[in-house]
Amino acid sequence: MVARGLTKRFGELTAVDAIDFDVHTGEVFGFLGPNGAGKTSTMRMIGAVSPLTGGTLQVLDRDPATDGAEIRARLGVVPQENTVDEELSVTDNLYIYGRYFGMPRAQVRRRIPELLEFAQLTDRADDKVTVLSGGMKRRLVIARALINTPSMVLLDEPTTGLDPQARHLVWDRLHELTRQGVTLLLTTHYMDEAEQLCDRLVVMSDATIVAEGSPRELIATYAGREVLEVRFPPGHRYAGWTGLDGIGSRREVLADRVIIYGDDAEQLTSAVTHSGVEVASMLVRRASLEDVFLRLTGRRLIE
Amino acid sequence: MTGALRVLEGQLVAYRRTWRGSVITTFINPVLFLSAMGLGLGSLVDRGARLGSLSYLAFYASGLLAAQAMQTGVGDAAFPVMAGFKWSKTYHTALATPIAIRDLVFGHATFILLRVTLAAVAFALVAAIFGAFAVTAALTAVPVVVLCGLAYALPVMAFTASREHESALIAVFRFGLVPMFLLSGTFFPLDQLPGWLQAMATLVPLWHAIELVRALTLDAASALPWAAHVGYLTLWLVVGALLAPRMFRRRLVA
Ligand SMILES: Nc1ncnc2c1ncn2[C@@H]1O[C@H](COP(=O)(O)OP(=O)(O)OP(=O)(O)O)[C@@H](O)[C@H]1O
Ligand SMILES: [Mg+2]
Repeated sequence: MVARGLTKRFGELTAVDAIDFDVHTGEVFGFLGPNGAGKTSTMRMIGAVSPLTGGTLQVLDRDPATDGAEIRARLGVVPQENTVDEELSVTDNLYIYGRYFGMPRAQVRRRIPELLEFAQLTDRADDKVTVLSGGMKRRLVIARALINTPSMVLLDEPTTGLDPQARHLVWDRLHELTRQGVTLLLTTHYMDEAEQLCDRLVVMSDATIVAEGSPRELIATYAGREVLEVRFPPGHRYAGWTGLDGIGSRREVLADRVIIYGDDAEQLTSAVTHSGVEVASMLVRRASLEDVFLRLTGRRLIE
Repeated sequence: MTGALRVLEGQLVAYRRTWRGSVITTFINPVLFLSAMGLGLGSLVDRGARLGSLSYLAFYASGLLAAQAMQTGVGDAAFPVMAGFKWSKTYHTALATPIAIRDLVFGHATFILLRVTLAAVAFALVAAIFGAFAVTAALTAVPVVVLCGLAYALPVMAFTASREHESALIAVFRFGLVPMFLLSGTFFPLDQLPGWLQAMATLVPLWHAIELVRALTLDAASALPWAAHVGYLTLWLVVGALLAPRMFRRRLVA
């Protein structure tokens, strides 16, 4: 997959502004970014359902503008919103979708139990979708995307809205897919999801890519090694912010705490202690993608 | 083309869930309408003898045969199509696969064709049992009736695709269907109406369909040559078939 100067405009609004990226076969590639960054617009262009406004795009060595149907035949798509027919059974949803690909009836019928097994929905085969939980529906949509044994799967926020247990189940299924050599493209605004799943990712903000690399590279480049989070007693916040000037290599001031970056947490801790600023608590942790994001965009991902 | 058949198959799989109820109403409705209006109201009308030798039942049944195809065509092209865009989102789902926009339109239209045909055959059989006209004559009218259903369904599909909100669909029924129903000659011969209303009636596709159905089932002479009636219905169908894919594209591709 190769994108150069990929652009999408809706009237006056530029949703994706001339972005470049490559995705290699077999890797898990992520788009990390806040609401409205342009992740879905990018995915829809890759999925050959939304025409490009500008730039070039090659998906599975083809051009979506001319070979849309051929590309879609080899892709699996998990849209941001679960588009399942709630009135139909789990099996009927899968059957109809498989037939859209022109798979022979017998082959679709053989494939359905495998997919239900994969999604751990075997005992729900004949249930109407309406009665499934959010996590089950999401797993159904993921299973559906695999019916045509795609070589590449697009997942738009695969676990948004799921509880931690359901998310881990989905992650587990996605790891299983990568073991089978399937290329995965996913969008997320969860840092832990990006760290867990992605070999490489791009950080998107306001329609552009602001950084690219593996999670470890991004953390090393943009956040440093160690992080000290300082919280203040009620009423002392303002004093706290100003009193900590000069400590660490960089600081981020959030509503409820100050985050101090540096290479040696012990040194940071003692500097804060000696600054005389009244502190409620201090927490040392390793730098994460959240810090990368904060640095690059000046905001937190999930407010 | 095979894409349209796959969309049709999807519709049929979904229909399996509701077909019992829908087949029952397909037979019950004609029975209700023909006994209440055809026989009940007809016994009053026939005493007035406005229709000559023709019974009101035969007159009304032949009109309603076409009118219910209009109703089915419009009904199936309104809310179920809106559902594909907005509620079940089956159109969005299908577009992530090799299915093309024209497959969605013509697959769904073929499903409507089957539904209109089923309803027309059911109505023709019930009307024949009521003695409105001969079964064979009624069945020869079925193709005309199906043409009428599609002449409504395709333009309405295009209209539905162009509307964001379903309240527009209710307006179609209220301000489109009901006046057409009254102006079509289903319930009474139009020669009793003022000339300008009669002229307006010639714009109503249903009026053309009913002229044809009456010619086929009642041996009545149609107002215009057959080719003109068939041509006018076909015109609506073709305009709808050209517009619907465009409107679907505008709605689905962004
Ligand atoms: N069909 C559309 N018509 C007009 N504007 C659109 C359309 N789709 C998206 N946009 C706009 O494009 C911008 C990017 O939207 P997009 O859905 O790609 O963001 P996103 O990164 O997926 O956000 P989220 O995390 O909320 O899903 C937004 O400002 C959005 O309002
Ligand atoms: Mg999105």
